[in-house]
This record gives sequence, structure tokens and C-alpha cells, in this order.
Amino acid sequence: MTTELILFFSLALIAIITGLGLLISKNAIYAALYLVLNFFTIAIFYLLLGGAFIAMAQVSVYAGAIMVLFLFVIMILGAEKLGKSNTVAWQRPVAIILSIILLIEAGYVLFWRTAPVQAAQTLPDGFGGPASIGNVLLNNYLLPFEITSVLLLVAMIGAIVLTHKQKTDKEV
Amino acid sequence: MSDPINLIANWLQGLLLGLGLSVGLTKIILSFVGAVVVATIGMLTVIFLIWLERKIAGRIQDRLGPNRAGPYGLLQPFADVIKILTKEYTTPDGADVVVYNIAPIMAVASVLLIWAVIPFASTVVGTNLNVGVLYIMAVGAFGLLSILMAGLSSNNKFALLGAFRSVAQLISYEIPMVVSLLMPVIFARSMGLVDIVEAQMPWFIILSPLAALIFIIASMAEVNRAPFDLMEAESEIVAGFHIEYSGMKFGMFYVGEFLHVFTVGALVATLFLGGWRGPWAEQYPILGLIYFYIKTFVGYFIVAWVRLTVPRIRIDQMLDFNWKFLTPLSLVLLIITAVLDRVLVLVNSERWVYSLVMFLANILIIWATVEVLKKTTSKPKRKEFPMRPVAMAPETSTSTEPSS
Repeated sequence: MTTELILFFSLALIAIITGLGLLISKNAIYAALYLVLNFFTIAIFYLLLGGAFIAMAQVSVYAGAIMVLFLFVIMILGAEKLGKSNTVAWQRPVAIILSIILLIEAGYVLFWRTAPVQAAQTLPDGFGGPASIGNVLLNNYLLPFEITSVLLLVAMIGAIVLTHKQKTDKEV
Repeated sequence: MSDPINLIANWLQGLLLGLGLSVGLTKIILSFVGAVVVATIGMLTVIFLIWLERKIAGRIQDRLGPNRAGPYGLLQPFADVIKILTKEYTTPDGADVVVYNIAPIMAVASVLLIWAVIPFASTVVGTNLNVGVLYIMAVGAFGLLSILMAGLSSNNKFALLGAFRSVAQLISYEIPMVVSLLMPVIFARSMGLVDIVEAQMPWFIILSPLAALIFIIASMAEVNRAPFDLMEAESEIVAGFHIEYSGMKFGMFYVGEFLHVFTVGALVATLFLGGWRGPWAEQYPILGLIYFYIKTFVGYFIVAWVRLTVPRIRIDQMLDFNWKFLTPLSLVLLIITAVLDRVLVLVNSERWVYSLVMFLANILIIWATVEVLKKTTSKPKRKEFPMRPVAMAPETSTSTEPSS
């Protein structure tokens, strides 16, 4: 139990530090790399909770594909360094108020919650494994699953159509 | 004596428990020791691999290869390592030092991480993750990130160009690779590599030779070796993403590449060639280890052989080959395999019928592909240019001679 606690708190520390680093760093590449580290730490949290599949999906989709595309865009645009901050005038006070509300909410849940903490239940065998996730996706949630896949396909085709250069008469 | 590795592990565990450490701590220490041993064996294998590859290259290119230092030139890689360790580290002006220094470490780490899930023998395996195949893909992303980081931080346009190319290549070849990885998953009904090895009766290369072929081709692109080494094409962009690295920092990329090729061999062995399976491998796990290494070297040899035989392809050919050929082919294979699997399981066919039908289906797909390719590909016609006269009198019609 103690090893798990040590693991959890060191990971939590890393997650918070990388999250802050993402917000604070002026260099876009550093921000992206902090985000990768953050995603990776979250993936380890999933692993600790027994969700190996979702952990691997997190790493391969977010840390792998999406962050690589982010870095690719940064590379192409050459937008490593952040210029002078040109924020909207009311942006900062609103952000401060919203974050205070969030902190109060978190504190309320933490200190004034009514229900006592429940002991962790033992998970059924194969919980969160690829087989059970596949079963749930293709039995209970078949329609949303298919709609999502069609939506992604449409997005992909849309991107291709939008970026495709239309041939003018001269070129033909 | 049939299982020396677990013998040592048990002895170490007994020793640590005897010292009065708790069970949890002993487990953690043993895991660390195991990880260090696997990583060290991987790095040491690379030293041998460099020699082996140079010898194979020598044979294929009709020369001797390294033959001066030690018998058969066996000490040559050690001489190379000493040389590379004593070299000066240079950091280019304007480089992003932190990212620049992390990139080579990540390049090696991303490959070593794969070894955590590979079953070496029936009793020797790092972790039996139930999503092992997905883990391999997830970890591979870090290799891609390391190349991007190296290209970005070097402050060199050739490094950046190399990184550009690598991203285009790695992201596109990941698709046929993932799809071909699904075939063993369908056959074994599990994503765990231990289950996949245990289900290989017969080997999956017999059930799906096409998937093995696609996997090897896509892996070759993933490890950036010829014919897919566009990102470090010497004649175009000097050395690609690692152009600014010197000494052991360059060595790390080099080690990472060799280790990755070896890992591809290990993955081919695990997924398609039956892993540690072989005669008496279950009674004597040490035999399984030997079988596994032999199969791994077979996979490694195939990759090295292709590298030394085929010339580099152009970037448009590389992308065309992936998107217009490998990806559709692997998708067709996946659909047919999945449907056949469902039908064969429904009619409750025996194992040999199942294997035979799968094999024939693969052969049929290969035949159909070849036929389609024959019909559709036209040989590129040579462009006929009009004959240019060798010597011609200067044109006089537009001359601006002053008329008197």
C-alpha cells in the first residue's frame, strides 16, 4: 500500500509540475513536450487503476499521434517563441474568477463532502481489457460507435477536399 | 538447470528476503534488476550486431568486411566504441540544449521499452500485459518524438528536413503496420504477446504470410533503413536529423537504429514465427530462449539483406507505395481474415482446416494483387524529345544588323 502511495504522489507531483510548465513556458516546443510528459503520467495513473487498454490508447493517441502533429505544426510555422502577450483586457480577471470558483468547488468536495469515502471495490476479471471494451462498444454502444467512425471519416474527407487544389482550366 | 534465469531470480529473491527486506520492496528491486539486465543485454547485442551487419554487408557486396582487429574482425566494434566515446561533443550555436541532449536518450529508450513485453521463453517474460500489441505501438511513438526533437533543436535546416521526412514516413507506415498486427490478434484472440505465442499452433506465418510480409515491410520503413532511409539521404540532406550530433550522442542514435532492427526481428519472431516455441521448449525453457534468438536473427537477417540489396526510393514513391498499395492491401486482408475467421469458427472447423483455409485465402489475395498490378500499372513511357541538331547556324531572321 505504501509503495502505491509513494508512486501515486510522485506521479501526481510530476503531473502538476508538467501542467504548470505547459502553462508558464514561453517556448511552444517546451510547452508541447511538457504536455507529452503530462499525458504519459496520466497514462500511468490509468495503469495504476487497472485500465491498461485506456492507458495505451492515451499514450498512442495523445502522446503519439496528436502531439507529433502539434510539433509538426510548430516546426512548419516556426512559431517556437511566443511573441508579446496580446491578451484581451477582460480575459485575465475572468480567468482569475473562474479559477477561484473551481478551487472552491474542489475544496468543497474535498473537505465538506457528505458521503464517506468508499473502499475500492475489487474489479471483475478482465475489467477494462480489450475484450470487454470491444464487447461493450459493439454490443451496447454500436450506434454511437458507428456514428463516431462515420464522423471521423467525414472529417478526414473534408480535410482532403478543403486542402485539395482545384484544377483550373489552364492547368488542365 | 533447465531454467537458469528463474533459478537466479529465485536465489536473488531468497537472498533479499533473508536480509530482512519486505516482500514488496524485494519485488521492486527484482523488477529493476530485470530491467537493467534486459537493457544491458540489448546494448551488448548491438555491439555484436554492428560486426555481424558489416560482415553480411561485406559478403553481399563481394568484399571481406572487418578483418583486422581480432579473429574475423570480432574486436572491430570495440575499437569503434572506444573511438566514438573519446570524441568531442559539439553543440551547435543556437541549439536548444535541453531538448538537444534528451533526444538521443529517448531514441534508445523508446526501443528498449518494447523489450518489456516480449516473451523470451515460456517462463521468462518482463510483463504479461494484456494489451501488448497496443503497447508496442504506443512506445514506438516516443521514437518518432525523439527524431522530431533532434531535428527541431539542432538549429540546422538539413536536420529539420530530415525530421519532416521522418514524420511523413513514420506516420504513414504506422497504418499498414497496425493493421497487419491485427492478424495475429485475430488468430490468438488476445492482444497479449504471451497469449499470441502460446496460440501459435501452427506458426502464424503459415496462417497469414501476407500479414508477415506487410509487417516486415512497414517495420523496415519504421526503422528508417534502406530502401526507406530518405530521412538521412546523404546525397540530398547530408545526414538528416542527426547531422549535428557527435561522439556518443550520435552513437546513441546509431545504437537505437541497430537495436530497433533487432527488435523488429524479435517482433517478427514473436508474432509470426512462434516466439520461443520449438521441440522441448516447454520442458526446458533455456531451449526456448535459444529458439527465440535464432528466429530473431532470421528476422534481423531478412531486414539487413533487403537493406543491402535494394536502392533508396524517392519520397513520392515511398508515399505512393504506402497509401496506394500497402494500406488498401492490408485493409482487404483484414476484412477477409476477419470474415473467414467468423465463418470458420461458426462451422466449428478443426485447426488444420482453419489453417489451410487461411493460408489459401492469403495466397489468393497475393495472386489477385499481382494480377491487378499487372493490369493497372503501365510502364512509364520515355518522354520523346525532338531531336536536337548538333550544330546550327545562328538565327538570322531577328538579327538587328544595321541596314545600310
